[in-house]
Amino acid sequence: MSIRGKACIAGIYEHPTRKADGLSLAQIHAEVARGALADAGLSKDDVDGYFCAGDAPGLGPMNMVEYLNLKPRHVDSTDTGGSSYVLAVGHAAAAIALGKCSVALITLAGRPRAAGQNQVRPAPAATADAPFEAPFNPVIATMYGAVANRHMYEFGTTSEQLAWIKVAASHHAQHNPQAMLRNVVTVEDVLNSPMVADPLHRLDCCVISDGGGAIVLVAPDVARSLKRPVVSIRGAGEAIKHSAGGRVDLTYSGAVWSGPRAFEEAGVRPSDIQYVSIYDSFTITVLMTLEDLGFCAKGSGGRFVADGNLISRQGKLPFNTDGGGLCNNHPGNRGGMTKVLEAVRQLRGEAHPAVQVPNCALALAHGTGGSLGTRHGSATVILERQ
Amino acid sequence: MAAPPLSWKGSSPVSQAPAPSENPETKPYFDALRDGKLLIKTCRQCGQVHFYPRAGCPFCFSASTDWLECNGTGTIYAYSVLRSAKDLPVLAYVTLSEGPTLMTSIVDSPVNALSNGAHVRLVVRPGADGTPAPMFTVI
Repeated sequence: MSIRGKACIAGIYEHPTRKADGLSLAQIHAEVARGALADAGLSKDDVDGYFCAGDAPGLGPMNMVEYLNLKPRHVDSTDTGGSSYVLAVGHAAAAIALGKCSVALITLAGRPRAAGQNQVRPAPAATADAPFEAPFNPVIATMYGAVANRHMYEFGTTSEQLAWIKVAASHHAQHNPQAMLRNVVTVEDVLNSPMVADPLHRLDCCVISDGGGAIVLVAPDVARSLKRPVVSIRGAGEAIKHSAGGRVDLTYSGAVWSGPRAFEEAGVRPSDIQYVSIYDSFTITVLMTLEDLGFCAKGSGGRFVADGNLISRQGKLPFNTDGGGLCNNHPGNRGGMTKVLEAVRQLRGEAHPAVQVPNCALALAHGTGGSLGTRHGSATVILERQ
Repeated sequence: MAAPPLSWKGSSPVSQAPAPSENPETKPYFDALRDGKLLIKTCRQCGQVHFYPRAGCPFCFSASTDWLECNGTGTIYAYSVLRSAKDLPVLAYVTLSEGPTLMTSIVDSPVNALSNGAHVRLVVRPGADGTPAPMFTVI
């Protein structure tokens, strides 16, 4: 059984805030839910499936279901970090395909800036792995720095090549009035920004922001009854990559598994994809993911992203046309939601005209949640305009 | 690789936290670190070694494993330097001579001595959480 063509994205909403002073976490969930349902032309009482992740306040989905006063017949709060919301699109589509629900609501909200917790939360002390990692103060930036270090060592990838990813994101962000960083930057700007965790500079790192987003998925018959453009789920794949009992290989991500699963279900190839949203916690995350998804050969990602190849209307593979996590936002340190939202805008033709991919009919969104340096969830979805 | 003088208590503001060695599954690992030794696991059934240590083998899934003392040598697989860190700035992944690769810190080594493939030797030091931890120095 396949989910291909059995569920559609009918509503999306991205919260405009980047610093949520005066807003509670639950309130942001409700605001994005309200926005996505309004976008779809549906009401709260149409929702019969609810999806969130571990960052939602409460025990699994229960407290948010109560706060929103929903009455779902299907729930899922699987947490794979920032990739959760890409993963949830696949899970919601599967639930709809099985008839477990017909209007699925996915919400994300986060306010790390307003709460003053700019650091990534430490691993829960009770996990089996924590005693073997916590002693070494493994912050996210050094783990990803080590990943970039190994990629450079094995494949000759350069800081200049990584910088091109940020340059492309900044070209897109200049057109997004809500983006945190709207100035176009050059390769030199990236290389001249302070070193954070070798070989990653400050401009290789994503922003920290508050905000949130929501997606409404519906059964195809519901989608056809609405007035919005129909964006169909064509394929989805997921995977968990980890340290594998000590057989550590930092040169690839779980996208090597989630990608082929999504492409197989969708019945398309990387060369068919017109737009990609790629999780961009750091520039290295994008480079490695593009290799792992098959957009270029392993080890050639540096050459692939260089010279503006990811800039919309300039390069061959436009990516993150909202500015992505590198320039726009990274709500709650979880960027999977906004990856899906911009892919839907592209397929609807609702991206900013300066970055809109002409006649965009097939797009991919990918999330990486957790850490490339330890364990992470990879989720890939392929979306199609009907 | 003589064990350094042992005085773990009070070495970190979080040293009041329950020591992970209270976990019966990994207690021998932390007991050995206090003697300056690094233990990993080997499977009685398939003979493969793994890290971090589990009671059972993560490869053949047998429930029967033994502790194996490492010889304390390895090479740097990957590393990064956290420029803002006062303590333990060098996060690294070291591949042990016995095979497994583990997350660790490089200490007592100048930054210009760091390189992929550099040979390193075990030194046990208090980690950021105050517990004894296997770290490495460039030979």
